[in-house]
Amino acid sequence: MLVATALAIVRLRNLFAVAMLSGVFSLLSALLFVVLDAVDVAFTEAAVGAGISTVLVLGTLALTSRVEKPSSHSPALPLFVVFVTGAALIYGTLDMPNFGSADAPAMTHVAPDYLARTPEEIDVPNVVTAILASYRGYDTLGETAVVFTAGIGVLLLMSGLRRRREDGDDDDDDEDTEKDGGVY
Amino acid sequence: MADGTTFEYIVGHANYWLFSVLMMTGLYVVVARGNLVKKIVGLNMFQTSVFMLYISTGKITGGTAPIFPTDMKIDPAVVYSNPLPHVLILTAIVVGIATTALGLALIIRIREEYDTIEEDDILAAEKLMAAEDDKLHGESMGGRA
Amino acid sequence: MRHHLILRVVTKLLVGSIILFAFYVQFHGDFSPGGGFQAGVIMAVAFILYGIVFGLGKAQAVFPPWVVHKMVALGVLIYAGTGVVSLLLGYGYLDYDAFAPHHPSHGQHYGILAVELGVGVTVTGVMVAVYYAFAARPARLSDEEW
Repeated sequence: MLVATALAIVRLRNLFAVAMLSGVFSLLSALLFVVLDAVDVAFTEAAVGAGISTVLVLGTLALTSRVEKPSSHSPALPLFVVFVTGAALIYGTLDMPNFGSADAPAMTHVAPDYLARTPEEIDVPNVVTAILASYRGYDTLGETAVVFTAGIGVLLLMSGLRRRREDGDDDDDDEDTEKDGGVY
Repeated sequence: MADGTTFEYIVGHANYWLFSVLMMTGLYVVVARGNLVKKIVGLNMFQTSVFMLYISTGKITGGTAPIFPTDMKIDPAVVYSNPLPHVLILTAIVVGIATTALGLALIIRIREEYDTIEEDDILAAEKLMAAEDDKLHGESMGGRA
Repeated sequence: MRHHLILRVVTKLLVGSIILFAFYVQFHGDFSPGGGFQAGVIMAVAFILYGIVFGLGKAQAVFPPWVVHKMVALGVLIYAGTGVVSLLLGYGYLDYDAFAPHHPSHGQHYGILAVELGVGVTVTGVMVAVYYAFAARPARLSDEEW
């Protein structure tokens, strides 16, 4: 079903439908995360992917245009690139451990350590929260900073223009853009 | 390789292949489609398939979600899935939506500068602008840019 | 928007419970799935829903942009500040044992709570700020074109 949704996204030209289908894609992947025992991740994916990102894409469509133009290039070269990359990826997976095996390298280093130490050291039932906020607190601080920076970036991009529009400066000249760029 | 192990091998790796196919679909949308919004959606698909790959490496057959009982009486027989990939992906999803918002904001700005969100039209407009710029500079420097 | 009566009534009912749910997810994150990231997103969804149905002006009257912009920075400050406090108490940066030296796991609880609060505040702020920035622009498509 995920693959079918993905192929539909490729084929469709109506961007409104594409936005909706990407929400469906997110919900399906959230279901997959539940099956794979990652309830926290599924929760986030459902809230973010199906909620906020659909709203943002729709907001962008309202500000731009609704229908995609047909591409003038032939799809042969991209298809070739994609198939070569895909073949390389699948060749890379041949050495991977079997799905769900308990002795995979990912299971044998820090993960059992976290699971064993959390009850005594942190005493928090949800191990994901314990690792997120305590053992890997620096990581999460960094991620928060990234979210913060991205938010600042959006605000700069979007509110800077409003000021210029108010100035009545609608000139699309390159030099003007540069000159105004220094003001914000 | 005996038949039983081959079958086991294929079932054990089908998840990686599924995610590779999804990832390549995303890559194809990014490379082949000219519409910028579509490119962002493709990039999101690519991103989600990477998330699924990570989460699937954390799964243990017969395991359960890594949340202990509230009274903290842990049954040693219960197997918990690996919580580490969950933590990494959890934060990555939120960072992903923040960067997607940044990309969409850039698209809106591009739309306002160039009046289009198709890559081909933007390139054409760029070429036109560059030619005009060349002409302008060329004249001010006496015919040689 | 005057005529969407059912939408408006249902939204009024929903927004309160969504915000309540966001707080539950925020502060119950140690025991059940959830935490600052999810709670921040859910909280933002409540305001975005309100903004979509009742118009941007009403949403900004409830939750003014200057508050949102302060929240974006405040969350990171809370997070980093937690680390500085533990530093000042003589422990390592972001070492939550500092908050209850005789009972380290209680200290961990306080630390996780503070840090998750910081994350939640920032994520709420960023998401709502992004929505305000997108919605404040004059739309190029009219409602009928959809």
